[in-house]
Amino acid sequence: MKNEVKIHEVDPSLNSRRSFLKLSGLTLVTTGLVLAGCSDNDNDNNMEDTSLPGVRNGVFDLGSGDFGVLTYAYALEQLEADFYTKVVNSSNFNAVFNDTERQVLTDLYHHEVVHRDFFKAALTGALPDPSSQLLPTLAFNYGSLNFNSRSEVLATAKALEDTGVAAYNGAGRLIKTADYLLLAGKIVSVEARHASAIRSLINPNSKDFAGDDIVNMSTGLDDAKDPSKILPIAANFITTKFTAKYLP
Amino acid sequence: MNILKFIESFTDDNLMNSTGSRRDSFSHFGNIGKNLAMASIPFGLSALANKAFAKDITATPATPIGALQFALTLEYLENEFYSMALDSGVIPALENGGRDLKVFQQIADHESDHVKFLIAGLGGTASPNFVPKPTFDFTVGGTFDPFHDYPTFLTLAQAFEDTGVRAYKGQAANLITTPDLLTAALQIHSVEARHASEVRRLRGLKGWISNADRGAGMPSATQAVYDGEGVTMQAGFNTAAAFGAAAGSEAYDEPLTTQQVVDIANIFIV
Repeated sequence: MKNEVKIHEVDPSLNSRRSFLKLSGLTLVTTGLVLAGCSDNDNDNNMEDTSLPGVRNGVFDLGSGDFGVLTYAYALEQLEADFYTKVVNSSNFNAVFNDTERQVLTDLYHHEVVHRDFFKAALTGALPDPSSQLLPTLAFNYGSLNFNSRSEVLATAKALEDTGVAAYNGAGRLIKTADYLLLAGKIVSVEARHASAIRSLINPNSKDFAGDDIVNMSTGLDDAKDPSKILPIAANFITTKFTAKYLP
Repeated sequence: MNILKFIESFTDDNLMNSTGSRRDSFSHFGNIGKNLAMASIPFGLSALANKAFAKDITATPATPIGALQFALTLEYLENEFYSMALDSGVIPALENGGRDLKVFQQIADHESDHVKFLIAGLGGTASPNFVPKPTFDFTVGGTFDPFHDYPTFLTLAQAFEDTGVRAYKGQAANLITTPDLLTAALQIHSVEARHASEVRRLRGLKGWISNADRGAGMPSATQAVYDGEGVTMQAGFNTAAAFGAAAGSEAYDEPLTTQQVVDIANIFIV
C-alpha cells in the first residue's frame, strides 16, 4: 500500500498557529499580485482564492476554509462508503459475519453512502463552479486486505471510524459557518456511534467501546486530529492524488 | 490537551481575536474577565442565590461560557447518576463476562473526568463562572426506581446519553468563536455518542437512532429526548432517498436547543 495522497508538510519552523496563518496570508497576497500582473482572470477578485477546491499545479487541492473542510470530509466519506460497499458485497459476507455483525455493517454501509452522497450534493450546490471545484470520485486500493476475513474487516472498520471521529473533531474549529459546523456535528456523533459499535463487535465484554486507547484517561476527551495527521492514514487506501496545502 | 492547556485556552482564544502580541493581549485580560463574569450572571448568580432552596435550572446565555456552564450541569447529572448506580449495586457484576459493570465503570470515569475538566475550564470552584451542582432526584418523586431496578437504570442511562449527544451538538454554534473550547466540546460530544451507542446495545437496540423512535422499553416520558430526530432533509438533500427514512435519519443526529435540554434536565432537578 502506497501513500499516494500528497500531503502538505507544515514547516516545523512555523512554531505557532498564528505565524503560520500570517505567512499564509503573505503568500496569498504575493500570489495575487503575480496573477494580477501576468494573466487575464475570469474572476472579479484579482487574488487567487485558495479557499476554493480545484486543480492547482496539475493536482486537485482541497482548498481551505469551509469549502476546504467540507471537501476534506467528502474525501473521507468517499473512503468509508467505498469500504463498506466492498464489505457488504464481498462474496462471503453472509458466511463470514453473524446476524448482528451483518446488521451493523449493513447499517454502516447505508449511513456512509448517505454521508458521501450528501456531501456531493451539498458541495455541488454550494461551489461557484462545481464542474472544476468538486472533488472527483476517488479511486481506492486496499492492498492485501482480505474482505473475507472477519478480523481484518472489523479492524479496518475500527480504524476508519476512529479516524473519522478524530478528523471531524479536529476540523470543527476550521469551520466558520454555524450551519456547516452543525452539519458536521450531526455526522460526527454518528461516526462515534459507529466506532463504539465496531469496537464492541471486536471485544464485546469490555470497555473498548470508549477504550483507554482512544479516550484520554485523565480528561475523558476523544481524539482530535488535524487534516495533516488524518490524510496520511486515509492515503493508505486512496490512490487518486490530491493535496491539502491550505489545511493545517 | 490537558486541563492546564484548556484553561490557558481561554486566554489564547482571546489572543486569537487580538492583533497585538501575546504580552499586549494579556493587558486586556482584565476586561475580558469582566465580560465573562457578566455573561455568567444570569445563570451563575441566580443559581447561587437560590441554592438553599433548590430549584430548576434555567437556560444559559448563548455564549462560550454559558455553553460550558450548561455542559457542566449536564455532566453533574450524568456523573451523580452513575456514581449512585455503582454505589447501589444495581448494575449486575457477573452477567455477560461482567460487561455491564465494566461499561458503566468506564462511563462513570468519563463523566467524572468531564466534570473536573469543565470546572477547571471555567476557572475552578472560586471563579465567578463556576456553577454549583444542582440537587438531583433520579426517582422523579418516586416515579422511577433506577437504583433498585436495573432495566429502569438502563432506560434512564440511554435517555441521558442520547440527550447529552444532542445537547452538546446544540451548543456548537455558541463556541464557534472560541476554537479551543469548541474542539474540547466536540471531544466530549463524541465520547457521549460512544456511550450512547453502547448503552443502547446493552438494551438490545441499535447504537443509532432510527426516525424519532425512543426504542423498545423506553417510557413515554423520554420521548422528548427523541422528538425531532427523524429528520431526513439535510441542507436540501433527501437522506431517505437511497435506503429509506430509517437509514437516512440514523445517519444524522439532531441537536436540541438549550431550552429543550433544560426542560429534560429539570425533570430530575428538585
